Amino acid sequence: MPSILLKAPLSRLLKSYTPMSTPERLLRYVDALAEAVALEMDRDPSVFVMGLDVDDHKAIQGSTRGLLQRFGADRVFTTPLSEDAMTGVAIGAAMAGMRPIHVHIRMDFLMLGMNQLVNMAAKSHYMYGGAVKVPLVVRCMIGKSWGQGAQHSQGLHAMFMHVPGLKVVAPSNAHDAKGCLIAAIRDDNPVIFMEHRLLYGLEAYVPEQPYTVELGKARVVQTGTDLTIVGISNMLVECLRAQELLKEQGIHAEVIDPITLSPLDSETVVQSVARTGRLLVVDNGWTMCGASAEILARVAEARATRGAIVQRMGFAPTTCPTSPTLEQLFYPNPATIASAAHAMVRPDAAAWEPSPELARLAYQVQFRGPF
Amino acid sequence: MAADPRNTASPEHEHAGHGLSSSQLAALYRKLRLIRRVEEETARIYPSDKIKSPVHLAIGQEASSAAVCDVLKPEDVASGTYRSHAVYLAKGGNVAAMMAEMYGKVTGCCRGKGGSMHIISPEANVLGSSAVVGTNIPIATGQGLMLKREGKGRVCAVFFGDGATEEGCFYESLNFAMLHRLPVLFVCENNGYAIHEPLSKRWSSEDICARVAAFGMPVVQIPDGDVFAMREAAAQAVERMRRGEGPTFIECKLYRWREHVGPAEDFDQGYRPRSEAEAWMANDQVARVGNMLPAAERAGIDAEVEAVIADAVDFAESSAFPPAEELYANVYA
Ligand SMILES: Cc1ncc(C[n+]2csc(CCOP(=O)(O)OP(=O)(O)O)c2C)c(N)n1
Repeated sequence: MPSILLKAPLSRLLKSYTPMSTPERLLRYVDALAEAVALEMDRDPSVFVMGLDVDDHKAIQGSTRGLLQRFGADRVFTTPLSEDAMTGVAIGAAMAGMRPIHVHIRMDFLMLGMNQLVNMAAKSHYMYGGAVKVPLVVRCMIGKSWGQGAQHSQGLHAMFMHVPGLKVVAPSNAHDAKGCLIAAIRDDNPVIFMEHRLLYGLEAYVPEQPYTVELGKARVVQTGTDLTIVGISNMLVECLRAQELLKEQGIHAEVIDPITLSPLDSETVVQSVARTGRLLVVDNGWTMCGASAEILARVAEARATRGAIVQRMGFAPTTCPTSPTLEQLFYPNPATIASAAHAMVRPDAAAWEPSPELARLAYQVQFRGPF
Repeated sequence: MAADPRNTASPEHEHAGHGLSSSQLAALYRKLRLIRRVEEETARIYPSDKIKSPVHLAIGQEASSAAVCDVLKPEDVASGTYRSHAVYLAKGGNVAAMMAEMYGKVTGCCRGKGGSMHIISPEANVLGSSAVVGTNIPIATGQGLMLKREGKGRVCAVFFGDGATEEGCFYESLNFAMLHRLPVLFVCENNGYAIHEPLSKRWSSEDICARVAAFGMPVVQIPDGDVFAMREAAAQAVERMRRGEGPTFIECKLYRWREHVGPAEDFDQGYRPRSEAEAWMANDQVARVGNMLPAAERAGIDAEVEAVIADAVDFAESSAFPPAEELYANVYA
């Protein structure tokens, strides 16, 4: 049975996958990011990349690899460690008509540029009555694992979702990473582009040509009848693994990737919950005032989903600890997601947890489409 | 150096020790050796995956923390960064508690919640350390505010890299510290790189001392990693601070021998040549100070350091992981 679990999702997904007209290949998330930027820099000379270490030999885990060689140091450059000022510089350049991509190897460092992002980038277009635009992309990575701890493991997207004028995107796979990044670069608004470190190595089918994935549109990744599970950023991957585990129990979950968190396409979720009657939102962030709270609230407010059973999961309401035993409890994982979903669908049944062996195998499943 | 083991401190040693008594020299060496060996041991253990915490080693850069902390009293305060094993140890932090912290054990100095980048020792007056560059500088300045108010002549030494001096809060802290004549010793460990980016890509002018002097603050540059020059500069600055004369800035040029984060050397990565490191390795301050001691004394210190480290590793290995309830402990005070 474990081997079936390993093979099933891939073959099923391959079968249901409709090829696109442009050539595609399996590409890692990290390479899809680099490809998107290279294509846009080729297309539009006003696009440039700045940020600490974008041009060093590690090239932000490889996501900016090759750009310096191809486009030169005028368009791909490191900065001093001055996030506040550099954020302002990027905003200023964007207002002046350029299209900066400001890269941060950790999302945590956005806190140093928060004033510029919230008080300048988000508001300028509105407060100047539409006279200026801020076509800025801020790429940032969520860290995890190896005890990265308190200040290197945060998913801070909800802070940005709170502010009108900022777009927030969190693609879960290589295909969407490329399409969303191209869309973000072409977008005339400041876009916070979140990437999870653990997604970087995962492959998906990615067309070679430039293409956009529309910002503000969610995707039903897996159809199902018993409950709707929404997974944010890398939690989408964990939710798909949970969905595999649930199938062993005869529970069929519909899995949705919101992709863009602001503006949020709650309609896709509402339609799904209207059919399944149950919603579990799993976030890669805290639940308090978080993305999951917002999604639940919107579903609760919708007429079509009145009476739906709803639940959210996310980081434990603590600071991220470094000890492996505690870190494990801090994050939702396929087993905890699956057992929460099981309890929602079968409230009267005995609590169920997937066997540790199955849960461990589920970790090896890679999601490769369809998109 | 093959010295006569019966040789006790001679006038020659006094001279070689730059005015330090033989016991002061031994104390300084013990600090240097402890830091070097703890970090080498950390690097040795690291590939076993028992330490699941990113480690930023100060191997090659021990001199600044050892020298500065050497002239601090136990009640003085020290503040470091994510690269602060050296500061923690030099200030007298417990070795076993640090090792256990890196192992993620409940007996660690943060009960397994902080890891290598966030070590603290309230007992040794080591402020906690932050992974976000520059963030410790205003925090240490705030400590300085308390120390001044307290009026007991205590001081705070804050350590940070060249990269940290690019953050606005560095300059904002300098201004405030000088304005209020706070007893804060700003120690810039200038190793020439921020991760892999050299100074030339980050600084419009390499004269950091001139920049700081513009705040009216006394500045000292130690250009060659000389541990005695650092110690002397720190001693003078601390004396002035104890008299209420305000902060000092010391720039210590140093060199990081290992990769930015992780246990290995990285001269094959192409961002800096090994030849650049070799001059610094030849000028190793741990070996230099060790060679000034009578061989027997040095051997005794070395053995003692090894014993402390072995105990620390045993302690870390045999300690328990935090129980599940610990996840929710300490969210609020
Ligand atoms: C505010 C902030 N920006 C960026 C980083 C990523 N980062 C971690 S260490 C480091 C280099 C800092 O260099 P320096 O201050 O010279 O200290 P060193 O590592 O050389 O001791 C950088 C850029 C960070 N941790 N915090």
